[in-house]
Amino acid sequence: MLSSILALTPEIALTILAAIILVYGRHPLGERRKQVGLVSAMGLTLILALTVGLWLFAGIPSANTPDLMWGGMFRNDGITLIFRVLFIGTAVVTSLIATDVRRLQHGEFFGLIILATVGFNMMAASADVIMLYLALETASIAFYILAGFATDERRSPEAGIKYFVYGAFASSVMLYGFSFLYGFTGQTNINEIANVVINQPPNPLVMLASVMVLVGFGFKVAAVPFHFWAPDVYEGAPTPVTAILSTASKAAGFAVFLRLFLGGALGLPDVENWWAIVVAMSIATMTLGNLAAIWQTNIKRLLAYSSVAQAGYILIGLATFTPDGAGSAMFYLLMYAVTNVAAFGVIILVSNVSGSDEVSDLSGLSRRSPWLALVMLLALLSLGGIPPTAGFFAKLFLFKAAVDVGLWWLAAIGIFNAFIALYYYLNVVKYVYLYQPTDEQTIPVSGASGLALLITALLIVYLGVMPDAFFEWTSQAALAFFS
Amino acid sequence: MEFSEFPFLSIIALSPIAMAVVLLFLPAERGDISRAIALVTSLFGLVLSGFVYYTYNMNLPAGETLWRDTLMFVEEYNWVPSIGFGYIAGVDGLSATLVLLTALVGVGGVLVSWGIEDRPREFFALFLLLVAGVQGVFIAVDGLMLFFFYELAVLPMYLMIVIWGWKERREYAAMKLTLYLLVGSFVSIIAFLILYFRMPEIGLPLTFDLRIWSEAQFPVDLQVLTFLPLFGGFVVLAGMFPFHNWSPDGHVAAPTAVSMIHAGVLMKLGAYAAMRMGIQVLPEGTVYWMPLIMILATINVVYGAFVAMRQRDMKYMIGYSSVSHMGLVVMGFATMSIYGFTGAGIQMVSHGVMTALFFTVVGVIYDRAHTRNMDELSGMMKPLPYAMVAFVISSLVSMGMPGLSGFLAEFPIFMGLWHGNALDFGATPFTVFGLNPNNFYWIVAILSVLGIVFTAAYLLRAVNRVFFGEYDAEKWHDMRPARATDYIVIVSFCLVMIVIGIYPPVIAPIVESGVAPIMERVSTAIVTTQDLNTIVDAAQTSAINIFRLLGGS
Repeated sequence: MLSSILALTPEIALTILAAIILVYGRHPLGERRKQVGLVSAMGLTLILALTVGLWLFAGIPSANTPDLMWGGMFRNDGITLIFRVLFIGTAVVTSLIATDVRRLQHGEFFGLIILATVGFNMMAASADVIMLYLALETASIAFYILAGFATDERRSPEAGIKYFVYGAFASSVMLYGFSFLYGFTGQTNINEIANVVINQPPNPLVMLASVMVLVGFGFKVAAVPFHFWAPDVYEGAPTPVTAILSTASKAAGFAVFLRLFLGGALGLPDVENWWAIVVAMSIATMTLGNLAAIWQTNIKRLLAYSSVAQAGYILIGLATFTPDGAGSAMFYLLMYAVTNVAAFGVIILVSNVSGSDEVSDLSGLSRRSPWLALVMLLALLSLGGIPPTAGFFAKLFLFKAAVDVGLWWLAAIGIFNAFIALYYYLNVVKYVYLYQPTDEQTIPVSGASGLALLITALLIVYLGVMPDAFFEWTSQAALAFFS
Repeated sequence: MEFSEFPFLSIIALSPIAMAVVLLFLPAERGDISRAIALVTSLFGLVLSGFVYYTYNMNLPAGETLWRDTLMFVEEYNWVPSIGFGYIAGVDGLSATLVLLTALVGVGGVLVSWGIEDRPREFFALFLLLVAGVQGVFIAVDGLMLFFFYELAVLPMYLMIVIWGWKERREYAAMKLTLYLLVGSFVSIIAFLILYFRMPEIGLPLTFDLRIWSEAQFPVDLQVLTFLPLFGGFVVLAGMFPFHNWSPDGHVAAPTAVSMIHAGVLMKLGAYAAMRMGIQVLPEGTVYWMPLIMILATINVVYGAFVAMRQRDMKYMIGYSSVSHMGLVVMGFATMSIYGFTGAGIQMVSHGVMTALFFTVVGVIYDRAHTRNMDELSGMMKPLPYAMVAFVISSLVSMGMPGLSGFLAEFPIFMGLWHGNALDFGATPFTVFGLNPNNFYWIVAILSVLGIVFTAAYLLRAVNRVFFGEYDAEKWHDMRPARATDYIVIVSFCLVMIVIGIYPPVIAPIVESGVAPIMERVSTAIVTTQDLNTIVDAAQTSAINIFRLLGGS
């Protein structure tokens, strides 16, 4: 019993924190209410330390514990740990950066972010489709509200509604798919489903269910052709929400799909031909995302399409169907979360001053605030995959995994996409470093945001120079997918 | 070796990165200090690489030594052990020479940029990063480390061209250059990874250590399939036809110091990496493709010279002359003889110094005349006599005048061509399209010697137009004498070219010792491919491989 509770400790702590933050948001001293972002960042940092501490000192999760807990609902393994660190870490950094946006200083805002993080954690940990669906809804409902949080602007509630309509539709299709899986196998546990599916002859019903699950998943990670919501929602939502939506939410989608797909619950790739759908989706996602991003003038839309494209690269790791590929995909997700949060952090600070989100607002950033410009440069290079940033190794590991299983043509398509992407990333660099600023004033950076950006920038460089420890960690954990 | 304890090479490659970070922490106003720091750092690098060069020259390996045993100053650390990726630094004869060349051009670049006004701190920080990236490639003994530094070198180029370049073309040129180079390296990396995963099949561990790669015998059909992407991807950076297009634009748009590094060193990076990864790892592939590469190189030499003749802008002229001269380097490889390889190695150095000097002179003139148009310039001898002397000396080097370094470089290449002509592969040779060196290398020799004549034509015309004729003091109102730093660069670069020309032993043996192990592998491959009964056709091989990948058998 104790081990079950320990396995769930971070989520329990997060829920308590959410309650505390909601109460704190009603602090009798109005001045103190404005500190809610800092309080939640501190709380999240403690929980992050707790999660890592449990792993380092108590060995939870360890590689060889009996996995399933809470009646087979929950699986506490290396994968859960990696994604927990990713989600909570993203939440910490986003909360720190969000402290600079005055109109978001409400207990509800940070409380919802924490609750969404609980949902993400459960998604990554779930071993049962019912648990999975509940976790997904927990996270999604929080985000429907968060996307529409800035009620004083027209486009923010619009984004919320759009996200809600698309999301509700996609998740109901996914649920329908789960019901087929249950009808076919009589099981809800992912591993049990996999056992039945793998040992049966190929069945069109499983194929249908897989495609339906793929719809829900494709929506969550904004893969083509389910990406249409992404640019509008990313643009309309408050930027801190966009930051977390484009990183943690996407990673959570991948966590779910990695578990279902690599566990074999949707059939093995060599038996069920639908593996080809993933490859096709990967190619379409990369290409369309990158080509669309070239034409964007709004930086949030640009990063939205770039994040669509990034999902395409990660799908390459899935398509390999090897532990190596899954490990590289997780490493890529770590890199992508750090990098994208850094990029959005800079954008939040710049648009606090300029009041809009155009790429041209970044003009001459290197003259106004050289350090912010440097963080932006590192983030863009990392997204583009140029050393010495994390993106280089992340892409290298992914493409290497693909070449290893003979998918060198998929790697080649990925690489050519990476170079299309470089065009628009460098275009932004051009604005940052080349053009004259319209406004000479330096951009105010609070201590909290500065700390958050420093952490992300250091991580980008660290992962770009010393990727080994993290890569080892993700590849070891990835073995769990196949057990 | 007694010096192996001290990490000379790492300091040469990594100290500029450390100093670049230091520069970024300086207050923005302190431009003078950033200049001084950059100069001290690059001088320090020059001293160290001079020492490395000297030590190597004193301990030249004996002939027929394996490549792994010719390496000196080797340092080895694990970087990403899970994929067999290590930080392995070391130099052979050729890379020691190129490290010294880079350090020399680096010091020259700092001196020439002494007067830069716009954000000097960032300029010198990026310049040091660029130098570090280039040095990193030359000292890399690990394939992935080579890629890492290769791409690290491209990025500062982009920023420097875009920020400090020539206003009219800089955005276009910088983007073009970056995309060309990165696409090239990406193409290479795919071929490289394909080979990497085939290593267990030939009984080797999965590693990126080039010492193991340099002795690997990959299956012949795989070599034929991967040679072109691996070699071709890198040789884009050497300005190989038909992928030379980025290079003149990049030269023209870049600020003087970046043009110097770019033409002087960066293009050698492409040729060097192509040789190290392409030729050394895949000797049979080399034999198969080289006759085709030879034809492309000939186009480079002749076409580059013709286009240079049409230019009015001095920088464009030198840019195309670089394309032409780098064609000679690739041609040296394609001769598949030790003379050609040695010539190519010396040409890299000679052309590096010569082009750097050309760009220095053009930079000096442009700063004062504010134009590079040869139709407008005239009489520059009067205000800038030293510039004229330097330009004439570089022109003579460029034409391969005996007594200067250019002769020492170009003559062996042509000699190699005649030796290559003796390679008779028989009626149905194991080469692409059945090209037989015996049939056409002599034509190539004649054509490329003619290319030299055209070089003389356009350079002498430029000397005539720009430096002689009437001098109009009214028109060139901004004319002032060259700075002392420019003189230092001009004089020392001229000295290097003259010393190499009149006393070849300073460079020829060390370069030859560097290329000998590679040539050894190519010679072996020439012999073995003669015994192959089946004629491997490239199209057929790729078709078979693609079918195999798609699941057929």
